[in-house]
Amino acid sequence: MKDKIAEKLLLFIAFSAIGSLLLITFFIFQQGIPLIFKIGLGNFFSMHWSPTRGQFGILSMIIGSLMVTVGALIVGIPFGLACAIYLAEFSSKMVQKTLKPIIELLAGIPSVVYGFIGIVILVPFIRIHFGGPGFSVLASSIILGIMILPTIVSISYDSLIAVPNTYREGSYALGATKWQTVVKLLIPAARSGIVAGIILGMGRAIGETMAVIMIAGNALKIPHSMLDSVRTLTSTIALELGYATGDHRAALFACGAFLFIIIITLNIIAIRITGRRE
Amino acid sequence: MLFLTTCSQRKDGIIIAGSTSVLPFIERVAERFTEENPSIQVNIQGGGSTAGIQATFNETCHIGTSSRNLTGDEKELREFLVAVDGLAIIVHKDNPIDGLTIEQIQGIFAGTHKDWSELGGESGEIIPVTREEGSGTRGAFEDMIMGEHVISDACLVQDSNGAVREIIATTPQGIGYISVGLVDEREKALAIDGNKPTLANLLSCRYNFTRPFLLLLLEEPTGEVKKFIEFVLSEKGQDILKSDGLISATEIGKY
Repeated sequence: MKDKIAEKLLLFIAFSAIGSLLLITFFIFQQGIPLIFKIGLGNFFSMHWSPTRGQFGILSMIIGSLMVTVGALIVGIPFGLACAIYLAEFSSKMVQKTLKPIIELLAGIPSVVYGFIGIVILVPFIRIHFGGPGFSVLASSIILGIMILPTIVSISYDSLIAVPNTYREGSYALGATKWQTVVKLLIPAARSGIVAGIILGMGRAIGETMAVIMIAGNALKIPHSMLDSVRTLTSTIALELGYATGDHRAALFACGAFLFIIIITLNIIAIRITGRRE
Repeated sequence: MLFLTTCSQRKDGIIIAGSTSVLPFIERVAERFTEENPSIQVNIQGGGSTAGIQATFNETCHIGTSSRNLTGDEKELREFLVAVDGLAIIVHKDNPIDGLTIEQIQGIFAGTHKDWSELGGESGEIIPVTREEGSGTRGAFEDMIMGEHVISDACLVQDSNGAVREIIATTPQGIGYISVGLVDEREKALAIDGNKPTLANLLSCRYNFTRPFLLLLLEEPTGEVKKFIEFVLSEKGQDILKSDGLISATEIGKY
């Protein structure tokens, strides 16, 4: 009897989680999509964003989001991968036990703290040593690169560990060095997990808002260099929602709908890739 | 007499609508008001000054708010000046420039002036910081200073007076605009066409980049609405507005 109640209760809770996801999805699209039809896809994907003057082009923000995300991956992938390989293959159990939780702790730092560190340390450093306003693609890429490290490291690590030991033994038996084993055998064998980690990290970078608002400068102009300021889709929503009314508000929801589609797509790709391995 | 006891209770409390610039300030006052009068709900909405004036005429709100003066037929409404907001153009405190002309400021924010040396300062890229689309302060800056000129896409964008001030305080080449009352010692308010935004200049209108914060009513206030307006104009209410950076109505000497 008690089992039955517990089962029903858990089922209800599970469905309420799914229900809230559906509600959020419905709400975003219901608020945003009518505007896209009203102004037309051409206007929505044009260059000029000036919602109070009736221009709703999000192209410069899409480019901004992409630049920052690619930048974050350029910073995050080499460091993340190197870290995962070291932890999985080269370090002792002791080092593994200390380092892994510390890296995972990075994920627990609130993004506003990352943004604050960016403003206080990184932005002035870039302004003084490289020029420009400091609030830049470069600053955002570095901070986001650090923010996605835990995702890349833990998923890559797990998939490297999952490679059966017989592979390694076979490789050594053929006379391969440890490094050759890692590069030629383990990385290809763990490839799907590594790629999934990178894609999930990418989703995190695209969706990150607070830290980016604080250090990207949020200028609408498409950046010409890594030192120029940049505006992402998420920043626009968070910056402008406070005062937005009417079509302006709907346009921000349309941005949200567009982001939602991108992130869902990335997640589906990641799930597909990891699924294939099993 | 104050209506302290038997007010006719409106079910939905007091509805205030209008200027998005007035909104955050009046919200702060309303918070304190509800603390002292827990039985009275105050519901505050944005929409802009014109929408606020319309809503007051249509009686869809009890109190309208406006951050511009009333014109024409709008003057039929009862207006209460609760505060004045001045717009200060600020630069880093080490910037040698003390004042600019309106044309120079327009040029900076429209993106035609790119280097401080063009304006008589030390050479260095100008980093203008503006507010987000839809912000009342941005609207006021556009109306009072930019006129026909459009703010360039190259300007950095921040979403509060505080964030703009923080960037200017830490960026030697920066320039931005915030409410006069919020300028502190880390940045410098520029003279515009020779007039500094001092209290004396603001009160004498020599520095006239200011806008009134008005509460609007269709008829003489009664009951809860009257109580709220009296609270806003009381010393307590005015102190809240002053501490948020506005010039309070008591300072202006007009009640």
